[in-house]
Amino acid sequence: MTQNGHANGHNHGDNAEYYSLRAAAIQALLIEKGVCTLNDIVTMADKIDSRSPKDGAKILARAWVDPEYKIRLLADAESAFLELGYDLPETSPKITVVENTDDIHNIAVCTLCSCYPRAIIGRPPVWYKGLAYRSKVVVDPRGVLKEFGTELDESVQVNVIDSSADYRYLILPARPAGTDAMTEEELANLITQESMIGVAQALSPQSVPVD
Amino acid sequence: MANNGAAKYKPGDLVRVKVGVPPTHFRTPEYIQGKEGRIETLWGAFPNPESLAYGGDGLPAQPLYQIEFSQSDLWRDYKGNSGDKLFIDIYEHWLEEI
Repeated sequence: MTQNGHANGHNHGDNAEYYSLRAAAIQALLIEKGVCTLNDIVTMADKIDSRSPKDGAKILARAWVDPEYKIRLLADAESAFLELGYDLPETSPKITVVENTDDIHNIAVCTLCSCYPRAIIGRPPVWYKGLAYRSKVVVDPRGVLKEFGTELDESVQVNVIDSSADYRYLILPARPAGTDAMTEEELANLITQESMIGVAQALSPQSVPVD
Repeated sequence: MANNGAAKYKPGDLVRVKVGVPPTHFRTPEYIQGKEGRIETLWGAFPNPESLAYGGDGLPAQPLYQIEFSQSDLWRDYKGNSGDKLFIDIYEHWLEEI
């Protein structure tokens, strides 16, 4: 059986105990063979864990309030991240930002595994790595959007972006209506992990509890 | 194929994705194989993952393209608009001219 480019048809989403044991075995071998050190692995894991959807939301909220920054972000995301103090580790795959508008809605997936802009927004949600999402969203993106409670106008063009190689995609959600008076910090609270993957839109201002 | 990273295609060119299941780690999902699309972006040249996965140097680097496909060309009973697209990144050695 072959699927998703893996000849053994494995599925990273199931059997967590087996995979954590396997990861530990691979880690021990990498260290024993001198490919990398335990410190390298811990440093990289810490780096990924130090980033969360809040970091992505902060960057994308800046793009909502500063049109010049948005242009730079869409043209060269990594330089624009640096402007706000976010550097990518040398080993990070490239990251680019794709804008959702009222007319075009983009959704990111990695059908082969779990490629994701980790260096900016941390680890992906579990469902992102699961076979159900990865296999369905390419065939029926509108059905998946509905499952996430996302209702789009029929006329909106829906694009799926499969991050199959060296680039990772961060979605800039469309800025919701009724947010003109909000501050950059308040706007960042509207930008969720799901909206940065594209399975949802940014929250509407009415749905956010006041701190 | 040994092109030192010089790109054979440019945005707008029509290409077909080759069909195959090579005995290595490859990044061309089977659902896109044999399908025809249009080059959207040239991302630059990257080490070939089919070599990297087995400890190779990944050279010659392969130009990597983002390619646009019409969803209704990919799936017979696609439930969406005729304008819906799928974008995917494919290395040059997996592409052929139409």
